[in-house]
Amino acid sequence: MATKPELVSSDSPKGMTPIVKTVVRFAIGIVFMFGWYIIIYGHLTPGGGFAGGTILACGYVLLTLAFGKEVALAKMSDKAASIIDNSAAFLFVATAIVGLAFGYFFLNFPPHGKPFNLVSAGTIPLYNILIGLKVTSSLFAIFLALSIFGRFISKLVEEAEEEE
Amino acid sequence: MILYFLTLVLFVMGVYCLIAKKNIIKKIIGLTITDYAINLFIIIIGYRAKGIAPIMFKDMTIQELAEYGVDPLPQALVLTSIVIGLGVLSLMTSICLRLYEKYKTFDMSEINRLKG
Amino acid sequence: MTMQTIYPLFTALPLAAAFFTLLVTKINKKAADYIALFVTAALAVMAVLTVFEQPFAYQVGGFPAPWGILLISDGLSSLMLVIINVIAFLSIIYSTKYMTTYTAKPKYYALFLLMLTGMNGVVITGDLFNLYVFLEIASIASYALVGFGCEHEELEASFKYLILGSVASTVILFGIAFLYSMTGTLNMPDLARQIEILGINKAVAFVIAMFIMGFGLKASSVPFHAWLPDAHPSAPAPISAMLSGVLIKAIGVYAIARLMFNVIGPNEAVSSILMFLGALSMVVGVFLALGQKDIKRMLAYSSISQVGYITMGLGLGLNPDVPPVVAALGLFGGLYHLVNHAVFKSLLFLCSGAIEYRTGTRNRGELGGLIRKMPVTGTACSIGSLSIAGVPPFNGFWSKLIIIVAFIQAGFYVYGAIAVLVAFMTLLTFIRFQRFALFGQLPTRFANIKEAPFAMTLPIVVLAILCVGLGLAYPFIDQSVLQAARDALLDKLSYMGYILGG
Repeated sequence: MATKPELVSSDSPKGMTPIVKTVVRFAIGIVFMFGWYIIIYGHLTPGGGFAGGTILACGYVLLTLAFGKEVALAKMSDKAASIIDNSAAFLFVATAIVGLAFGYFFLNFPPHGKPFNLVSAGTIPLYNILIGLKVTSSLFAIFLALSIFGRFISKLVEEAEEEE
Repeated sequence: MILYFLTLVLFVMGVYCLIAKKNIIKKIIGLTITDYAINLFIIIIGYRAKGIAPIMFKDMTIQELAEYGVDPLPQALVLTSIVIGLGVLSLMTSICLRLYEKYKTFDMSEINRLKG
Repeated sequence: MTMQTIYPLFTALPLAAAFFTLLVTKINKKAADYIALFVTAALAVMAVLTVFEQPFAYQVGGFPAPWGILLISDGLSSLMLVIINVIAFLSIIYSTKYMTTYTAKPKYYALFLLMLTGMNGVVITGDLFNLYVFLEIASIASYALVGFGCEHEELEASFKYLILGSVASTVILFGIAFLYSMTGTLNMPDLARQIEILGINKAVAFVIAMFIMGFGLKASSVPFHAWLPDAHPSAPAPISAMLSGVLIKAIGVYAIARLMFNVIGPNEAVSSILMFLGALSMVVGVFLALGQKDIKRMLAYSSISQVGYITMGLGLGLNPDVPPVVAALGLFGGLYHLVNHAVFKSLLFLCSGAIEYRTGTRNRGELGGLIRKMPVTGTACSIGSLSIAGVPPFNGFWSKLIIIVAFIQAGFYVYGAIAVLVAFMTLLTFIRFQRFALFGQLPTRFANIKEAPFAMTLPIVVLAILCVGLGLAYPFIDQSVLQAARDALLDKLSYMGYILGG
């Protein structure tokens, strides 16, 4: 989703100073790429779903802090976060139940492949990706609920804006 | 041995903070310190002197890993425990915000409508 | 499609249904009711089917025993599964009508199904850390459900419950870590073997103390009961029924029973500790229940007292010095009281919810003469009160009688006398409740109230029939699932045999 240019420009009134916005514009792609790298290589190197998901959620929080809430909500709105969250968790349990058809619950049913390859170890990369999506959307939804959509904080923010 | 004792000191500090401070946010911090002390204790249990990390590289055999690696099971337990701590912390923080809305104070000694 | 292949669905099905509910309600709001009803009905039917199976062990993921997680099905697990799922089904029927006064009903169903996942997981698992994870799932869901209404007192009660429950979980995790460092395994049958070899040295005694504190707080035994009188009245009525009737028993008493009987084995010190804590809970609970004006708070205090009965029965079962017949009788009484208390305490909480739904008050001083205006609820409430007080044809009488007889036969006359005294005080408490709330003068502002809606009276009637039925069918109860549960607990050797993939 492309955001409107006036929201992310360096001299819009919301968000932080132009230095922060310029640096974040460079760094945010690297942060997201790093997060996805940790998730996808979770079966070969340390990390996995939860650690990578936390990094991605922190990337969204960085967007919110640097540019203001409209930009972050345009990237992942609260409704989208809720949908991704619930469908990732449901698919996780559904994959585990599919293993029942093959024998045991949580069975690693796809072919295992050669060790140390990227595409190997059966369902483990799939579980990592689903957990990564769930953790990202959950942590960002918690951040939104506590800071922007919480009634107490948003009332304080509105009063501060009215005073300006 | 001294490491186990230090985690116990951390645990006691967390419990002290939970009991003695009146502000709700400080109590939450105390409970979180207690959680982290227990996580640290579990990791230290799996330690082996002169051990390597339990990751297999391409030309390593399983015997080498079993002989020199630290125990990977407590690390899995700690990952789960950290996630549980995160869930409890987010629930506590949101209840704390709602409590401020209703009672207009963060002081625990004034939040005592339920008695008897 | 035998039970042996679909056994993990007890945890997987409510977990998938919880997230599916939240997805589907973005399209259609009414669908959440039907999904929850369907899932809990299916689980209740499956739970009744497990009673007729032979005991077996299921390996999750196909990994063999000490390295993988085992799911064990024996007599005790089947008994707990039946109690949990049947009462959950009745609570969901009740909440389709009761929760219309609250907002965010789909989130309520999602949290309820998560709590059900946790409770089912605790009773079927055979791995100690897996038990901790499911315990946490159930506990966190219940913290959120207690504060569901977001009023002043509900948030305060939820916060207190959260802090105390988290401290207990931390202490349990500490005990698990200690036990892992001593034995090197987390599988419960394997732990039973290792502890048999190690003997009860000082480290194992420390772990026993940690577990009694942690699980004792979840079961609200007396030094650790401070959260229950605040949390149970503040929750919505079907959640109070689930918490008081099922949760404190599934994650508290069941965990103590499984660990102390099957993993650690009978010994004298644990037995006397459990009996003492049980007696203390009974006395403190009933004395504090006498003076309560709020009916739900009175029911919460009497929960503490009745769980004391169950703990005393378990304690007697652990004692290696009394003759085995007497110990088995005490254990049988404890398990029978567990079933009975689940049934009549849920009944009483659901009735109090119906009274609150129609009259808007929970204060005993403001109620009166309700049996004329709400005949079905009033009669069921009387049946529940007579059952918990221990009046003869109902089920509470038999279980209390068995416990008292077992204690007198074992030679613990003091504990037997305390049990009789507490039974009298419970009778006094509930006769007063009946006289003030149900009989007596009807206040004028309640002149036009009607009976509770059908969706709320149906579970109340079913539970009342179960109260009467469990009491009248006492001579047949002996040969049924209760005996299998008692034998599963007393037989440590066959529990150790599950490691071979039985």
